Amino acid sequence: MPEINYINALAAATAEEMRRDPTVIVMGEDLRLSVYGASAGLVEEFGEDRVIDTPLSENGFFGAALGASLCGLRPIVETVTSFFWVGMDQMISQAAKMRYMFGGQATLPVVFRARMFYARGAAAHHSDRNYNIFMSTPGLKVICPTNPYDAKGLMKSAVRSNDVCLIFEDGIASSSRGEVPDDPDFLVPFGVANTLRTGGDCTIVGIAGGVDHAMKAADQLAIEGIECEVIDPRTLVPLDEVAILESVERTGRLVVVDPAHTTCSAASEIAAIVARKGFWSLQAPIITVASAQVNIPYSPALEPLVYPTPDKVIAAVREVMG
Amino acid sequence: MLPDNPAMHEMYRRMCLIRYFEETVIEIHSAGELIGPAHPYIGEEAVAVGACAALRNEDRIAGNHRSHGHPIAKGGNVKGAMAELLGKVDGFCKGKGGSMHLADFSVGILGESGIVASSVPIATGAGLAAKVLKKDFVSLVFFGDGASNQGACHESMNMASLWKLPVIFLCENNQYAITTSYKNSVSVDNVADRAPAYGMPGVTVDGQDAVAVHEVVSHAVARARAGDGPSLVECMTYRFEDHSLGLDRIRKVAYRSDEEVAEAMKRDPLDIHRAAMLKGDIATEAECDEIENAARAEIADALEFARNSPYPEPEALFEDMYADDG
Repeated sequence: MPEINYINALAAATAEEMRRDPTVIVMGEDLRLSVYGASAGLVEEFGEDRVIDTPLSENGFFGAALGASLCGLRPIVETVTSFFWVGMDQMISQAAKMRYMFGGQATLPVVFRARMFYARGAAAHHSDRNYNIFMSTPGLKVICPTNPYDAKGLMKSAVRSNDVCLIFEDGIASSSRGEVPDDPDFLVPFGVANTLRTGGDCTIVGIAGGVDHAMKAADQLAIEGIECEVIDPRTLVPLDEVAILESVERTGRLVVVDPAHTTCSAASEIAAIVARKGFWSLQAPIITVASAQVNIPYSPALEPLVYPTPDKVIAAVREVMG
Repeated sequence: MLPDNPAMHEMYRRMCLIRYFEETVIEIHSAGELIGPAHPYIGEEAVAVGACAALRNEDRIAGNHRSHGHPIAKGGNVKGAMAELLGKVDGFCKGKGGSMHLADFSVGILGESGIVASSVPIATGAGLAAKVLKKDFVSLVFFGDGASNQGACHESMNMASLWKLPVIFLCENNQYAITTSYKNSVSVDNVADRAPAYGMPGVTVDGQDAVAVHEVVSHAVARARAGDGPSLVECMTYRFEDHSLGLDRIRKVAYRSDEEVAEAMKRDPLDIHRAAMLKGDIATEAECDEIENAARAEIADALEFARNSPYPEPEALFEDMYADDG
C-alpha cells in the first residue's frame, strides 16, 4: 500500500469518486487553485462545471448544494468548521430536517468537509471544534477521521451515502501520514470503531485529535505498566456504542478525550452512555478530558491551557487507576 | 400571450381549489380539528396559479410558510395536502410536515420552509443541477417581501446570476411581513428594483391577475430555459386574512386599516380571472359555476379522505430520518 498524507488521501478519495460518478461535484471557496490542498488537479481533470469556486456566501451555497442534491447531483462542499455558523440555517433547518419533515421524500446526498483548525494561534473565530452541535442535531451523520486510511475510506463512504455527511478534519490528524489502499472501491464503513491498541487496565476513547493524545498517553503509561485500550469511534453519528461498552466491560475504567468544549460534548455523551449501560462494569468514576469551558484565547501563553494534552490524559488514567 | 382556453379553465379551477381549501382550513382550525399555526393564502391565488401555469411538471418549485397554494397550483393532489394538515399517514409527508412543510415531491416540489427565505438557496441549487446535468428544467422559488431582506435571498440571487442558472425568483409582495409594511423594511420602492444590482431583469406585475402573472413568468421561464440566467418577478398582491390562524393577538394590532383591507378585497383574483374568461368568451357563466362547484366537491372529498385516513403508528416516529439505514 502506498504511504500518503491525510490531505492527499482526501484528494484521492474525491478524484476517484468524481471519476466513478459524473454526478459528483465539489463546491467551496478557493477550490480551483486548491489553496488547502485537497482539490489539487480537480479542475484540470473535471472542468469548471464540476469544480465550483463559490462566492463567500455560506448560507447561500450550503443551501444550493442541498437543492442540487435533490435534483440529481452529489455535491461535496468544502468549508471550515467556524464557517458552519454562517450557514447554520441551512445546516440545521434544512440539511438535518428536510428528509424527515417531508416524510422521506427528500434524499440529500451531500458531503460537507470541514477543516478544523485549532491550537495554532487562530483565536476565537477560527478554532471551532463544533461536531458536538451536529451530533445533537437529529438527521446528520458526523464523521471524524483521524488518519489517512480512515480519511480516504470514510470520505468515499460519505460520497456514496444518500444522507448528509459532515466530515471534521482535525488539524492534528491532517498532518499525519500512513498507508492507504489504492483500490477504487476501498471504503471504511460508518459506525464501526477502530481499536488502535488493546490493554486490560483502562479504556481511552479518543475523539478527533484526542486520539493522538490518547495514543501518546498510552505509550507513556505502558512504560509504567498500565495497559490502556485506545478506541477511535471514527464516526460520532452513527456511534459504535457496542465497541466502547465491550471494552469497558474488560477494563472497568473509562477516560474520554475530546478537543471540543466540555459541556454537552461528545465526551460527556459517551460518558453518559457508559454510565447508563455499562455502570456495573465500572470500577472507578469516568473522567472526560475535554477543552475548558472558555473561549479560545489568542496568546500562546493561554491557548495551550484550554485543550486536552497527553499529560492531562495520563493524569486522568492515573486517577481512575486509583 | 393569453393561455389557451383549456389552460384558462384549469387556472380558474386551481384558484378555486386553493380558495376553498383555505376556507375549509379556516373552518376546521377554528373548530380545533387542525392544530398548530396555518397561514392562509386567500387573496394571493393568482400568483401561484399564474406562475405555475408557465411551468412544466418536471420544473421545480420551492415554497415558504404560506404555501398551501403552491402545491395545489403545481398540480399536487388536494387529498394529500388535507391529510397532511390533519397529521395523517396519507399526507404528502406522512403527517410529519404539516402546514409549513406541505411538499409534494411528485409534482416537482422541493419543499416548503417555515424559516423565511430558507428555501431560496435550495431552489438556486436546483437550478445549478439543471445547468451541470444539462437538463432543461427550471426552478422557481416563491418568497415574500419580508424574505427579500434576508441574506439568503441576496446570496442566492448573486450566485444564480453569476452562474447563469435557470431560476425564477418570484417575490409575492403581499405588502406585510406579519405587521411590518414593506415600505418600512425595503430600501427601494419595489423589490424588483434590486434586480439590476445582481445583473438580472426585474419586473413588477399585478399579482391579482393570473393572466398577467402568467405572461411575465413565461418570459422569465423562456429566458431561463434558453440558458440566459435568472429573473426577479415581483407580484403585487394582498393577504386577505391575517398572518396566521391561531395568532389572535395579531388581529388586535392595527397594522392595516379596515378601509385598506376592504379596498384590496375588491380586487379578488378569482373574480378578476372569471371576468376575464367571460369577457373573452373563454367560458360561459355556467361553465364557471361548474368549475366552482366541482372544486368545492373536490375539497369536500379531500376533507372526508383526510378525516378517514389513520394517524401514523408510533413506530413511524423514527422512520424517515436517514436514507441509508431506515
